[in-house]
Amino acid sequence: MTDPRTARIRRVTGTLVEAAPLPEVGLYELAVVGHQRLLGEVIRLEGDLATLQVYEDTNGLATGEPVVPTGRSLEIELGPGLLGSILDGLGRPLPDLARTHGDFLPAGAEAATLDPARRWDFTPVVAAGAAVSAGDLLGTVEERPGFQHRILVPPGTAGVVATVASGPLTIREPAVTLGDGTPLYLSHRWRVRQPRPVAERLGDDRPFLTGQRIFDFLFPVAEGGTVAVPGGFGTGKTVIEQSLAKWADADIIVYIGCGERGNEMAEVLSEFPELADPRTGRSLMDRTIMVVNTSNMPVAAREASVYLGMTLAEYYRDQGCRVALMADSLSRWAEALREISARLAEMPGEEGYPTYLASRLGTFYERAGRVRCQGAPERTGALTLITAISPPGGDFSEPVTQACLRVAGAVWALDPSLAHQRHFPAVDWETSYSEYLARTQPWFEREGGAGWGAARRRLVELLQRGRELKEIAALVGPDALQDEDRLILESARLLRELVLAQSAYSATDASSPVGKTLALARLGLALHDAAAAATAAGRPLERLDLTGARRALAALRDAGPADWPGLVAGAEVAVREVAGREVAGREGGP
Amino acid sequence: MSGLARTYRGADGAAGPLLFLHRTAQVALGEWVTVTMPGAPDRRGQVIDAGEAMTVVQVLDDTLGLAPGRAAVTLTGEVARAAVGPELIGRALSGVGRPLDGLPAPIGAALRPLNGAPMNPARRLRPSEFIETGISAIDGMNTLVRGQKLPVFSGPGLPALELAAAIVEQARAPRGEPFAVVFAGIGITARETRGFLERFAKSGALERSVLYLNQASDPTIERLLAPRMALTAAEYLAFECGLHVLVVMADITHYCEALREIATARQEIPGRRGYPGYMYTDLATIFERAGLLRDRPGSLTQLPILTMPDDDITHPIPDLTGYITEGQIVLSRDLHRRGIFPPVDVLPSLSRLMNAGIGRGRTVAEHRPWADQLYALYAAGREARLMAAIVGEAGLGAADRRALAFAERFEREFVAQPDGGRRLDETLGTGWRLLEGMPREDLTRLSDAIWAAHAEPPNRHTAEPSG
Repeated sequence: MTDPRTARIRRVTGTLVEAAPLPEVGLYELAVVGHQRLLGEVIRLEGDLATLQVYEDTNGLATGEPVVPTGRSLEIELGPGLLGSILDGLGRPLPDLARTHGDFLPAGAEAATLDPARRWDFTPVVAAGAAVSAGDLLGTVEERPGFQHRILVPPGTAGVVATVASGPLTIREPAVTLGDGTPLYLSHRWRVRQPRPVAERLGDDRPFLTGQRIFDFLFPVAEGGTVAVPGGFGTGKTVIEQSLAKWADADIIVYIGCGERGNEMAEVLSEFPELADPRTGRSLMDRTIMVVNTSNMPVAAREASVYLGMTLAEYYRDQGCRVALMADSLSRWAEALREISARLAEMPGEEGYPTYLASRLGTFYERAGRVRCQGAPERTGALTLITAISPPGGDFSEPVTQACLRVAGAVWALDPSLAHQRHFPAVDWETSYSEYLARTQPWFEREGGAGWGAARRRLVELLQRGRELKEIAALVGPDALQDEDRLILESARLLRELVLAQSAYSATDASSPVGKTLALARLGLALHDAAAAATAAGRPLERLDLTGARRALAALRDAGPADWPGLVAGAEVAVREVAGREVAGREGGP
Repeated sequence: MSGLARTYRGADGAAGPLLFLHRTAQVALGEWVTVTMPGAPDRRGQVIDAGEAMTVVQVLDDTLGLAPGRAAVTLTGEVARAAVGPELIGRALSGVGRPLDGLPAPIGAALRPLNGAPMNPARRLRPSEFIETGISAIDGMNTLVRGQKLPVFSGPGLPALELAAAIVEQARAPRGEPFAVVFAGIGITARETRGFLERFAKSGALERSVLYLNQASDPTIERLLAPRMALTAAEYLAFECGLHVLVVMADITHYCEALREIATARQEIPGRRGYPGYMYTDLATIFERAGLLRDRPGSLTQLPILTMPDDDITHPIPDLTGYITEGQIVLSRDLHRRGIFPPVDVLPSLSRLMNAGIGRGRTVAEHRPWADQLYALYAAGREARLMAAIVGEAGLGAADRRALAFAERFEREFVAQPDGGRRLDETLGTGWRLLEGMPREDLTRLSDAIWAAHAEPPNRHTAEPSG
């Protein structure tokens, strides 16, 4: 009954399993572990003893149970049918698992990422005799209404087309056969830890529009750029990630819920199908893929989930899409890495994290970028990466935050004191920065409106001056300040509320077009100038009546995408009136 | 797992709560173990590292006098399970499920593995139903929602247990649905236990409660089991019996200390402040058991209590908890000193699910702007109080002086409240009364429409019928 050549479990400790003899397996090869058929990955080899990290709950796994290598490494099947799906960290659709296994997740369940029975109407663009190589377009299928999924020659494949199928095909029927007999399907498998190849990496001068004023205006990110969003708990990381997933200008959104809350995922899963994509009007789910591995799901699968999400994003980038990848949160991924490393008894680095933390993070961030895709026809794709980071105690000096700051191109630092003031997004405009600023400004000047850069500079100066004065006021009391300085305090507060704060729950202002962003900043500054002129002319600050102008600006801010342009002129008049009346008031004044 | 029991005569070593066995076969991780020694009561334990060369057993009872060489170790072939069922309601049990009330051990409707299984996120139902706790600072400002996990961050000597007891006594389901409380006492003292039990018995809350009490004098290691026992029982009551279950766990800090103690005994590499690196994941397997499921009538809401060592909210225990839970209720030493009960500091407190549980059809339509306005004024008042400490009250501007006075009244009249709790309409009315005392121009968060509706209400301060 017992074949002595079959590998057996020698030890189970946490998520790790030691098994022997496994003389032939390779690193990162997958194996089926135990009677429950759990999935494990080989992460260390010593002689014929292999250490595997198991992607599922190991409770109940016993020594002596069999371990069978599969000859494959951790892969995902890529093809039509991914959009709108909700996958766990290993690529199993969670709704399918619910259908087969009920409300709670069992260990060892199997479910295919793509439905093998579903038929897709394949429209070929190649004919027999054509020479094709990696990345070349073979044809398309309509994956979701209005979205043409490009079927490409998989990386590393080339040949001459022998036969071409068309019409309804499953992913198991060859779409194209090459001269050497190689069948090409609508789908192919890819190892998630391996970056997908591109022809060339391109520059980053096109902004990735978030619809959030503070990001687009102050700390823009380029398409293909990377952002780190560090913030302690309650500072609103998840709300930012979700707002971006809803409103950002991208063709495809991949959202990784990595070690986060189940109820939050339930919120996303119930809300997204109801929401309309602002660009197409169709369900937001049509452009979204969710990878969900909540904090209580197995920790090794959490480690894998970020690579899975990245591979999905790269796959759509290769089709020429502009993809945004949201990872919430990379700290949970790093903790999974630490947990596994500790169980391997590796020499720890800072705070117990393995010494390869920074290099792994660096490699991960580098998979983002704007690229010229492999193959014909020529196309560019972009993969923008937005990563939330959860520093313990909100302390940014900890290793994960620091490692991310070194590689990310932009940092949106969240500040608990702003969150306590209920100022959202709680982005600290002093510690945040963007290295994409200079390169994206020409686009904003061109598309957002002239004066974008000048307004931005003035706003930053005013905020800075406001913060300095606030510190002084805290010492001497606000009444001890000059009128001129008190006005700066007031204006800084107004601009914070007008431009920087934005309610993610507002029906009309959750996303702000660049034109509205600029109008708000410009008019807010103009109001400051008008009031400053009046105070400079000797008018006491108490006697300035700014209420009307403020109301007009608040109404502009709260107006929806169709309504705001109509309110600009009125707000301008209200601001001019302040200047006019104040000047008139001085002339006829006391 | 084999399902068969095997007995080994003599273990090979012991350290603290751990027992080491060499050369074992077919041992499963998490396997339940009994350790017998002549002249001593049986001890129970769990396999925490299964290996052919060496297996580590974590002994749940006191290991004083345990001689490994003379002990017989039985691997039962089973994982740890808890008896669950509606008959447990009204019972008081130890942290490992032994009766403390003099009645026979519960047989239960079923035996369920203690660790449970994660809920499929795709099957979760988004929490959206308001729970009235009778505490204004919670109902009004940081609303608790069914299926939420909302911890109380307390400090040594602050009345967190009293607050929990008050919530348990006062909590009402919106439509009077079947409701039960599961209480897990984790390392709480005999004094706290007695106080809690007496209060429960007097108010009648005991009749709808299951108590799992791991006392400070019980073996540390049992603290790791007590919350899982309680949650396994609660999950059954919620999702199989259709009850709305509130799980109160006190004190999570003791749980984390126990986790650290075991990790150290196993010579694991320590993380921040000596707590194991997997503490986040471990706590998540407790807190994430809160929630609701589609097509199932019950719900599981958690109110864990933890003590912030030295009132430090950045300490790993409150920090990691805050990252998992959906907000926090923070108690303030300053308010407590001034005799305000419950001493809830609403500024750092937060209920992340509040928006889902309030508004038209749930509480009242204007709940959000009303709460925002109270919050904004109170925050301004607290800032003014800080400034007044430096420049003196006379140095404040007029608006700051008004905010300062508001903050005083808010603490004395809104946060502080009489015994027995306030109904939601009383909470709302108290808040409105404070707002009415302010000039209209200070109420920037209230639109003209809301203000007008409040000033001339058809039916003022009354909650809309839910449903």
